[in-house]
Amino acid sequence: MEWIAALGRFALDILRSLGHHAAFFWELLRTLPVSLRRPHFAVVQVHALGNLSLLVILSSGLAVGFVLALQTYYALATYGAADSVGLVVNLSLVRELGPVVTALLFAGRAGTSLTAEIGLMKAGEQLAAMELMAVDPKSRVLAPRFIGGVVAMPILALLFSAVGILGAYVVAVLLIGLDPGNFWSIMENGVDVRRDLGNGIIKSIVFGVICSFVAVYQGFEAKATPEGVARATTRTVVISSLTVLAMDFVLTALMFSTR
Amino acid sequence: MSKRGTEILVGLFVLLGIAALVFLALRAANLSSFNGADTYTLTAKFDNIGGLKVRSPVRSAGVVVGRVTSIALDPKSYQGVARLDIDKSVQFPIDTSARILTAGLLGDQYIGLEAGGDEKMFAPGDTIKSTQSAVVLESLISQFLFNKAADAGGPSAPAANAPPAPSGAKK
Repeated sequence: MEWIAALGRFALDILRSLGHHAAFFWELLRTLPVSLRRPHFAVVQVHALGNLSLLVILSSGLAVGFVLALQTYYALATYGAADSVGLVVNLSLVRELGPVVTALLFAGRAGTSLTAEIGLMKAGEQLAAMELMAVDPKSRVLAPRFIGGVVAMPILALLFSAVGILGAYVVAVLLIGLDPGNFWSIMENGVDVRRDLGNGIIKSIVFGVICSFVAVYQGFEAKATPEGVARATTRTVVISSLTVLAMDFVLTALMFSTR
Repeated sequence: MSKRGTEILVGLFVLLGIAALVFLALRAANLSSFNGADTYTLTAKFDNIGGLKVRSPVRSAGVVVGRVTSIALDPKSYQGVARLDIDKSVQFPIDTSARILTAGLLGDQYIGLEAGGDEKMFAPGDTIKSTQSAVVLESLISQFLFNKAADAGGPSAPAANAPPAPSGAKK
């Protein structure tokens, strides 16, 4: 009897948490029009979340491009298909690795800073002070950060893919010595703008929403203690990474299963 | 940092993103070829379309002049019907023949158009009458093996390894 009750409690907790997330998301969306009236707040956040993440995103993209090109070259050279290295690297970057790895890095680089910042504001009772002054912290603090994350994430994912392809070019053409004409033309023939690039961009927007929302939510709901902020920051990384990976599988199944 | 400085940096960031998008769309994908260009449609019926796919290229003398836009089965004749989008700037005579060819031994299949000598040109929506189906590698190989077996002295003789039989029935 006891374990049935425990199971029920567990299920109810999940439902309650889901409902809380949904209600919070709805409230956040409702504040967006108001906060867009002062776009400078969002611009500052794009700078904090986007520009300052460039270094980690670009260097990871380059490294991923290098390694992918090298490894696929070894595998493909066995079958005499080494010229397709560019195509394989491009498809895997644009469709999957670009959005997913960028989202994971984004959760670690930008999501944590969001959560810690908002959590500390809460711990310092700045949010409560705002409410006392009749300023809605959701539209003044949370919404600009959410918008900033949603804008920055697709741009970062595009840069990740582009830099990765350049990295693959460096390895495959400059180091290994494949023919550059074949490298580009096979890539051009095999990659469709709408199916591959378009779906990749949709993915990165969805991941941007997920990462920014999780970070903002965790920061706002953090316990107002040093320990609570630390825990919320950890949860941001874990929850956004797992949600991104699960969502990626769902999106891939929807986008690429039938063609 | 000043308000203006931040805005300039964010502007640069967005520009960088647009540059990446343009690079991916133009240099690393096929937006530049045939997506916006004016095309007209031709159809061709084949007994066997082999490994032809939607978006396979249509070539004439090796030059890509169009793409396959759809593949369907004709429910009456049980032939495969391929619809081809051909670049408007290229006109073909009405006795042009279409063949399904393979790039390399095991490469992708494409449709090759061989222009005829007729004065009249295809109008949009016309059907190419003379077609040649895809070569199915398996049937070629089995044909080759059967011929070998027949050369080596009828179906009862071991096909491989056997030295040419002196009394073998030559066909």
